[in-house]
Amino acid sequence: MKPISKVYTALIMIFLFAPIAILLMFSFNGTKSLSVFSGFSLHWYQELFRDEETLGAVKNTLILAVSASLISTVMGTAAAVGMDKLKRRYLRAAMDVVTNIPMINPDIITGISLMLMFVFVGRFFGAATSLNFGTMLIAHITFCLPYVILQVLPKIQQMDRSLPEAAMDLGCTPLRAFFKVEVPEIFPGIITGLIMAFTLSLDDFVISYFTTGNGFQTLPIRIYNMTKKTVTPKMYALATIIFFVILILLLLSNVFDANTAQTIKEAREKKKAKSKEV
Amino acid sequence: MKKILCMILALAMLIACMCTLTSCSKKNSVTLNVYNWGEYISDGSEGTLDTIAAFKTWYKQTYNQDITVHYTTFQSNEDMYAKLSSGAVSYDVIIPSDYMIARMKNEGMLLPLNFDNIPNYQYINDSFRNLYYDPDNQYSVPYTYGVVGVIYDANVVDEADAGDWDLMWNEKYAGNILQFNNSRDAFATAQYKLGLDVNSTDHASWDAALAELKAQAPLVKSYVMDEIYNMMESGEAAIGAYYAGDYFTMLDNQADSVDLQFYYPERTNYFVDAMCIPSCCQNKDLAEIFINYMLSEEPAIANAEYIYYASPNSLVYESEEYQEELGEEAMEILYPGIENFSELYNEYAYRNLDADTLAYITTLWESLKIS
Repeated sequence: MKPISKVYTALIMIFLFAPIAILLMFSFNGTKSLSVFSGFSLHWYQELFRDEETLGAVKNTLILAVSASLISTVMGTAAAVGMDKLKRRYLRAAMDVVTNIPMINPDIITGISLMLMFVFVGRFFGAATSLNFGTMLIAHITFCLPYVILQVLPKIQQMDRSLPEAAMDLGCTPLRAFFKVEVPEIFPGIITGLIMAFTLSLDDFVISYFTTGNGFQTLPIRIYNMTKKTVTPKMYALATIIFFVILILLLLSNVFDANTAQTIKEAREKKKAKSKEV
Repeated sequence: MKKILCMILALAMLIACMCTLTSCSKKNSVTLNVYNWGEYISDGSEGTLDTIAAFKTWYKQTYNQDITVHYTTFQSNEDMYAKLSSGAVSYDVIIPSDYMIARMKNEGMLLPLNFDNIPNYQYINDSFRNLYYDPDNQYSVPYTYGVVGVIYDANVVDEADAGDWDLMWNEKYAGNILQFNNSRDAFATAQYKLGLDVNSTDHASWDAALAELKAQAPLVKSYVMDEIYNMMESGEAAIGAYYAGDYFTMLDNQADSVDLQFYYPERTNYFVDAMCIPSCCQNKDLAEIFINYMLSEEPAIANAEYIYYASPNSLVYESEEYQEELGEEAMEILYPGIENFSELYNEYAYRNLDADTLAYITTLWESLKIS
């Protein structure tokens, strides 16, 4: 059995990582070709850093992803807190369904309907062009929100209700109790929601494609538009850089997690030892 | 208290949304919105001219006014058409292909140009005027043109077999032939081979082309679009049809064991991409200034060298610098006799087909791909 399971694992790893390995290799190719490797060179990396359009698209993508994920995290957390406080059961179920719709809805329908709404409202106010950075931001917040709520709501429900109550008993205002007690409790959920919103916004193509305006092009749209002629290896270079940045971020966050887990464990053991002493 | 807070928050959100939608930002400088194909302008990579940046500098010097250029790209004529007809965006200059120009013109989506603002139009060769999509030269200024030819690997293919569409039906090279994975282009190869009209509305004519494609199917290695680059460059396939400009891209990247050659069959496809001003344009004079600038010598040559498609601009193809850069062989292939272009173009180029014929082609194409 053992060799079979090893082969299976190896196969899965190959399918997961072979495409990235090939992209990585050809980003160092001396020529444009995807089939003939003609020597190692950093040519495409130099080209990439000279290509202002592409760097501009990267900048746009980052601006959009950062602002959309921050705003949707704040709004989503607030919504989750509010939904948790709802007393009537059917009202709560209805809210659940409503917030889940943008998540279940196919991207293409969300994209087209958002575009139609923007055009309609824009025309209503007599604007010549209704799509711009703002509309794209609204669209991205719309589809990020449910994911944030989905991450934060269970954390609130898992939280020990007596904690904020105890804080208020001891003289905290409700607002202070929320920030001092509830937020630290649900913080992992907020961070996961933020990261999910960021990655979703970063690689969204379909919704962005329909809601993008005149001068604001994100990276996925730019790469898609290159496909009339061949995609230049500049893009492989860019993808390689993005891949390594994300890899390093993942490693760092793992190290950080391990460290915090370690300190928590140590702190607990110390406490235990102390209580035993007592 | 709570209710008032909620009201205030809701109001703030509403105002924020309204502001973005009606873009209440002030304009201090002029803005030009350009919508072009992806990778279809010289962008400053590998030491070439950055056309848009050069335009901005030139504009600032000439008119002493700041200009912002929003340059965005599209992937197909249909994408561009969908975006424009949604009414959600406004562009000042667009660069669609011929058949799309005809369609947009008929639907009133283009504005007639004021050629007093485009004096450089005089450099456009006469062969590119009065073409079917714009018979009175009112709406468009040609940007590039191209011709479909057959590319083959001389290490595999016998020179004697080359020369016409027959090469793509030659049984000697079974399993080495690539065909377009796009109904219109694939049918056209069969229609040109048989001497049929590519814009026919007669079903029987399309049936005949289908029979020819079915006869070819067992010989075809695969039906491809952009994959053709890698397959030809690596020697995986030996015969395929594509645009002359793209042949040079393949030539630059071919493997050592491959010797790519190119020829034009007698009847073949021609296209023209041209600059137009759509009816949603916000600043028509500025758009015309931009079009005129694109026709002037330096940017026009830089673009032609970058895109590798032929230019209808005499400042380009008569320039010694450009001819040297391309080399004699490339010049011969890219500019195969410009004089009778309009005749050939009006006879062989694709036109917009009616919905009924298009639907019929789609059914035929599906039947080919299934069998």
